Amino acid sequence: MRDVAIIGVKNTKFGELWEESLRDIVVEAGIGAIEDAGASGKEIDALYVGNMSGGRFVDQEHIGALIADYSGLSKNLHIPATRVEAACASGGLALRQAIMSVASGYSDIVVAAGAEKMTDVGSEEASSALAAAADREWEGMAGATFPGLYAMIAKLHMHRYGTTSEQLAEVAVKNHKNGSFNPIAQYKNIITVDDVLNSIMVADPLHIFDCSPITDGASALVLAPADIAHKYTDTPIYIKATAQASDTIALHDRRDITTLDATVVAAKRAYSMAKLKPKDIDLVEVHDCFTIAEICAIEDLGFAEKGKGGIVTANGETAIGGRIPVNTSGGLKACGHPVGATGIKQAVEVVTQLRGDAGKRQVAGAKYGMTHNVGGSGATAVIHIFSRER
Amino acid sequence: MSSVPRFWRNLGSRYNLEGTRCKECGEYFYPPRNVCVNCRRSGQIEPFKFKGTGEIVTYTLIHTAAEGFESQAPYTLAIIKLDEGPSLTSQVVGDPEKMHIGMRVKSIFRKLGEGGDRGMIYYGTKFTPADT
Repeated sequence: MRDVAIIGVKNTKFGELWEESLRDIVVEAGIGAIEDAGASGKEIDALYVGNMSGGRFVDQEHIGALIADYSGLSKNLHIPATRVEAACASGGLALRQAIMSVASGYSDIVVAAGAEKMTDVGSEEASSALAAAADREWEGMAGATFPGLYAMIAKLHMHRYGTTSEQLAEVAVKNHKNGSFNPIAQYKNIITVDDVLNSIMVADPLHIFDCSPITDGASALVLAPADIAHKYTDTPIYIKATAQASDTIALHDRRDITTLDATVVAAKRAYSMAKLKPKDIDLVEVHDCFTIAEICAIEDLGFAEKGKGGIVTANGETAIGGRIPVNTSGGLKACGHPVGATGIKQAVEVVTQLRGDAGKRQVAGAKYGMTHNVGGSGATAVIHIFSRER
Repeated sequence: MSSVPRFWRNLGSRYNLEGTRCKECGEYFYPPRNVCVNCRRSGQIEPFKFKGTGEIVTYTLIHTAAEGFESQAPYTLAIIKLDEGPSLTSQVVGDPEKMHIGMRVKSIFRKLGEGGDRGMIYYGTKFTPADT
């Protein structure tokens, strides 16, 4: 297996991009990442695109071919293009496929992109499409919504560990603050704990400000074998681990409702592959689709003891400048959550941080970064560890 | 919600809490499974009808309803651990203020939801506090 490096990155703006189509935003991200790498389209061997539900959101399938075509990679170059789907973990999984393609020697220069165009449909249709990430027959048909599933995780976490609504709100407050320093973030406004607690209840105990928004956006990365990465950039960022794990599709079948075993197992695999421990990681982008999800994530990844995620957050340990900065991009909550793009955007953020290019949200001296991307209520988890040094 | 065959296929399970059991390891499954998670192909799956009693593992009061459930909002959604072992997701009818983790519940037959513009009405199992 060959070592793999990231040589180019690009995010589009995240938000309600009514004037742009799915193909517009992926092409913008893809071309931007290739430009950032100083590569040429002719050098690209393969394209992977994470996309959850083009069929529901824009009535378009065959996303891989569409994107390759409009990126100018099909008619003359005929490069292979593959769509990757694992609900909200589609992006992270597209990156993982791209890494395996380069590591195996099948490909050299590979683009891993992710995109979702969610605002072409109304919010009810969007919510219904997202609910398809859960078990439609045995959760959805009982009246479950995504906020509802995470609300049940939150309720038990609170009951068992004493986690409070205020502690949940602190996740949103921190992520909005981080988002205010990120030029692409959907929400750059500062909010308070009271703003969260006074916002409308979606599924008790989760308020609307405990939930990530509906977002349009695309992100892309260019990967290369580590041996030739310096031909393209002075600051290649190396992949130290790629790991993935599965769990039951339905929340009710899990070993423990407040633990995402897929995260625990994928993290164990990732730490082992990278020969690193949680204390070695300088920053992490976690899958905060809801505030409780960030609390569970930092526990399951080993950054907080089980049950202490809320306290650790309220103490400021996950803020920029804290012990383990979490979601410097603003996370899904403030940067936005175009589901197929999220896993790639997380990697763009970590690469930007490790290059030292993160401006006001820079984590000083960051050497190792991690991304954590979850599909559904925890049936898929994808974790990557990145390093400034090979 | 609005797929008739998708609902009809599982009618026995939805109306009568019919699940399955693995004769090899003794584990019960609801919703029903045809492959045992412990024994996989060496398992022996047989039908099993659950008693319909259990307790609330966790719950939420849903204010923003799922598509097709708008007329029921707000409604209590819970994960219920059946006495035989497996857990399922269901609505619990009754006073939302009185719901609590560990509360004993029993199954009842109720309208589940409505299916879009075709106006299909779906019936099936919900739960209610056991002392009512």
